[in-house]
Amino acid sequence: MKGMTVIVKTIASWVKVLIFLFGIYIIIFGHLTPGGGFAGGVILAGSYILLMLAFGREFVEENLSLPVASKLDCVGAFLFALIAVLGLVFGGVFFANFLYQKYLPGRPLELISAGIIPLSNIAIGLKVGASLFLVILSLSVCCKEFRPEASVSSDQKTMGDRG
Amino acid sequence: MTIFYILLAFMIIAAIVAVETTNLLSSIICIGAIGFGASLMFLFLRAPDIAITQIVVEVLGLIILIRATIARDLTFISGDREFFGVVVSVVIVFLIFLAGVEVFETLPEFGAPIFAQTPGAASQTYIEKGLRDTGAANIVASVILDYRAYDTLGEATVLFTSIIGATVILRERARKLLEEPQL
Repeated sequence: MKGMTVIVKTIASWVKVLIFLFGIYIIIFGHLTPGGGFAGGVILAGSYILLMLAFGREFVEENLSLPVASKLDCVGAFLFALIAVLGLVFGGVFFANFLYQKYLPGRPLELISAGIIPLSNIAIGLKVGASLFLVILSLSVCCKEFRPEASVSSDQKTMGDRG
Repeated sequence: MTIFYILLAFMIIAAIVAVETTNLLSSIICIGAIGFGASLMFLFLRAPDIAITQIVVEVLGLIILIRATIARDLTFISGDREFFGVVVSVVIVFLIFLAGVEVFETLPEFGAPIFAQTPGAASQTYIEKGLRDTGAANIVASVILDYRAYDTLGEATVLFTSIIGATVILRERARKLLEEPQL
């Protein structure tokens, strides 16, 4: 059987949704409450890393494979740069807050307010989450490849397959 | 002002030595000296947070680079410590300690932020006008994504580049290429 015990698998499959939802909340409410793109992205990556620890690497790679994660990473970086360039086009300055009070009235302390700040938070959250997930995935692939074949018993083999 | 010229000369000499020396280990130590000079400079410019960041990055980078170098050419220290070297290192440590005491006397006291003393400081402006200018209730978000968005773009670029490097080095195709070098 791949992964950890049934207890860990069950708890992880319940908790993963809550962690993912909390990450999305931290990103979307980044301009109102403490948090933002960086913290929320780390939490998003954390939900996938929990899945990887509980169910094994292959299970996670079926859901979010390495090429898809790297594409998400690039999309996040591209969106953030695009917001900056749009500020140059519409607001006159690189990173100008062109949406605020011009195209998007929104009072302060409302969810839709603050112009480009929530959009930047979403882009950064996508980028950071995909990046951290990529790091863990690459390291686990690398560790699997580097395992010395001579000293591997059957017991160690199941342990190595978890990561 | 003279302290900046002294530090600058120190860093330039270290950079020249780092380029010109034939020993890889002394070259790396000279690069570390440049970084520590930069962190001392940040300290004298009253930016202790950046100085701490610089010193942490410098120590980590130095350890990694020295570990990578020692694996290449094994250098063992033989014999006793040189008297001259001990004296020089003790004097330099004492000088840096004196500089640190000098710097921390110029910093504002704990609990008395600098914008309370100097009118028109940037942080005071952010606190007063942050909500009106950007509409974001979280002042941290309004600073890092509006006033100082260039910083965030730089951080995102650093993260992106490091992830590219990690995935390229650790991917499975690179391992296969190592096994079949004729490709």
